[in-house]
Amino acid sequence: MAQGKFCNREKVDTLEQLQALLNDKGGGQYYKEMQDLDVDTDLLWATLQKTLKEKSRIKAWLEICAHCGMCSDSCFLYLANNKDPEQVPSYKIQSTLGQLYKRKGKVDNAFMQMCMDTAWSKCTCCNRCGMYCPFGIDMGIMFSYLRGLCFQQGFVPWEMKIGSGMHRVFRAQMDVTTEDWVETCEWMAEEYEEDWPGLKIPIEKVGADIMYTVNAREPKHYPEDLAEAAILFHLAGEDWTVPEEGWEETSLAMFAGDWEACKMQVQSVYDAMERLKPKRMVVTECGHAYRATVIEGPYWCGLKTGQPPVESLHYVEWVAEVLRNGKLKIDPAKKIKEPVTLQDSCNYIRNAGLAEYTREIMSYIAEDFREMSPNKDHNFCCGGGGGFNGIGRYRKQRNAGLKVKRDQILQTGAKLVIAPCHNCWDAIRDLEEVFEVGIRWSFLKPLLVEMVEVPEHLKPQEEEV
Amino acid sequence: MYELVTGPLAWLAFGIFFIGVTVRAVLYIRGLDWQMDRVAYKPHRIHGLKGAVNSIVSWLIPYGTRSWRFYPFFTLMVFVFHIGLLFTPIFLEGHNILLKERFGFSLWSISQPTADVLTIGMMTAAFFILLRRYALPEVRILTTWYDYTVLAIAVAPFLTGFLAAHQIGNYQFWLITHILAGEIMLIAIPFTKLSHFILFFLSRAQLGMDYGIKRGGMKRKRGMAW
Ligand code: SF4
Ligand code: SF4
Repeated sequence: MAQGKFCNREKVDTLEQLQALLNDKGGGQYYKEMQDLDVDTDLLWATLQKTLKEKSRIKAWLEICAHCGMCSDSCFLYLANNKDPEQVPSYKIQSTLGQLYKRKGKVDNAFMQMCMDTAWSKCTCCNRCGMYCPFGIDMGIMFSYLRGLCFQQGFVPWEMKIGSGMHRVFRAQMDVTTEDWVETCEWMAEEYEEDWPGLKIPIEKVGADIMYTVNAREPKHYPEDLAEAAILFHLAGEDWTVPEEGWEETSLAMFAGDWEACKMQVQSVYDAMERLKPKRMVVTECGHAYRATVIEGPYWCGLKTGQPPVESLHYVEWVAEVLRNGKLKIDPAKKIKEPVTLQDSCNYIRNAGLAEYTREIMSYIAEDFREMSPNKDHNFCCGGGGGFNGIGRYRKQRNAGLKVKRDQILQTGAKLVIAPCHNCWDAIRDLEEVFEVGIRWSFLKPLLVEMVEVPEHLKPQEEEV
Repeated sequence: MYELVTGPLAWLAFGIFFIGVTVRAVLYIRGLDWQMDRVAYKPHRIHGLKGAVNSIVSWLIPYGTRSWRFYPFFTLMVFVFHIGLLFTPIFLEGHNILLKERFGFSLWSISQPTADVLTIGMMTAAFFILLRRYALPEVRILTTWYDYTVLAIAVAPFLTGFLAAHQIGNYQFWLITHILAGEIMLIAIPFTKLSHFILFFLSRAQLGMDYGIKRGGMKRKRGMAW
């Protein structure tokens, strides 16, 4: 069998395909079919020629790597796996992409499976190694590129194929339709209006100051998050809105290496910007969502300035701003008293430079803020980035990788970890589940809602007796 | 023999070296692709330039980056090796006398003892770098015959030059071997990993621009802390 029913080179573009794939629980048949999946070596080599051979960045990286090993200790997976030499970033990329290129794409099924396993279970594309290599060789970028090649050939973890299919079908990482989304917004506004008089979630308002966009998990599984965002915008007196379509910021397609779907997804957000003409966009507390839509997205969509159509802020930038300008005030009595630490998300710290914004927030809300070490641009991946959290096949490897973050957190002595990123939040939740070290974790929103001063006129009216 | 290696062969070696290095640089720059690399090089030249300079300079300073500080001994070896490698041949008195004879000009020269210290330092560093390749599992796994060859190509002119300068063994033999070894190295630079002679700067500049333009350069108050 060359191409399987589920495991093949086809893209998942219809609901039927997606449903069928989902019905294959855990990807049992999918992975079985992968054993027989053939490799289109001509296509592979043609792609390599066009995107690697004729370009210089990755080609030079592969060529000049001095095999010095200075990248080894930079990789949290190397550290978490007892310094297994096979986890050295340079080794991981040379033995996969390096070989692929050397052999001009003439590789077999087993090799492609090895590439897949390496690209998704031995690298989270955290880009830390690139900061430690004297030549600036960034294995994270190369692994992301390799994922694209694997995806093109159909060698992609089951969940990633589904994820990219979701974006293709729903323009969201989960099956949340426009109706579901609008209903959830309305429901949340209604649900919380009693406690927060005047609370609204304005949908599709043209010309607002802020267009707010989210992670599909929020409407699907944590609608309170949406309510909390609304409450904070409301208290800050912001003129804001959410688009009816183009509200999803995340990109499992980016984790999957499905560049076509990446573009489709991001374009839906940019279309919303064009439609609603907001002054700015604010993205929820998600790292890869911001990376996908604000940092990488413009390039997928061919925007030559490298900037999204409208100035775009990560949630932490917005929070820092409103705390700074006093639109939101923290009740001093409610500041966090206990030791608290902060998780730096690779995607918007190292890869987008927002480290100082989160520090600024901490200075307003915490009395005993403790830095992890290393931190800011040099922080380690939470252990669950790049899709690692969500792939059943690599659960064991993911859990092993959590050790580094566990030790970093424990060293601070803090029991509370603020993680303004969905992936980090999940990874830290899971590390507590696996290692039971007795820590708690939180997004910023629920903490802020508890801490902010509520202006008199926005307080719920006392019931007349 | 001496005429041959210092005449036509020398011309050939220098020619290949200079043209080769230039071609590599041009090809590298031409092969950058804003959309593939996902870095908007052109619209943000100033941010790019700042990032590139920061990225290169930080890494040229011994212990100037976290990574250099993380491996203190290896860093020392890397710098001693490269300083010896670059400075000795350019400022060696013998080479400058040759330059004067042939072209009527010469550069500032270092004394023989200084040259000896640099050379011995460079060779010692090479020895430790070699040892490290065997000793550390994380480096051993990366190492191939190619790495040894490249190291040998770089060390050969120094070892032979040292033997010749100190008249250890047959002077004529070591002198000719030295010149040949130097020429081999020059020719090898554009075609092998030694191309990092130029690509170090370009690759560092590229990642510097990436961080300076796209990955936070416009948000970080100070540049990237490498
Ligand atoms: S640090 Fe850079 S040059 Fe050294 S082995 Fe790693 S990728 Fe190669
Ligand atoms: S990008 Fe991160 S996870 Fe991947 S090899 Fe580099 S340091 Fe390791």
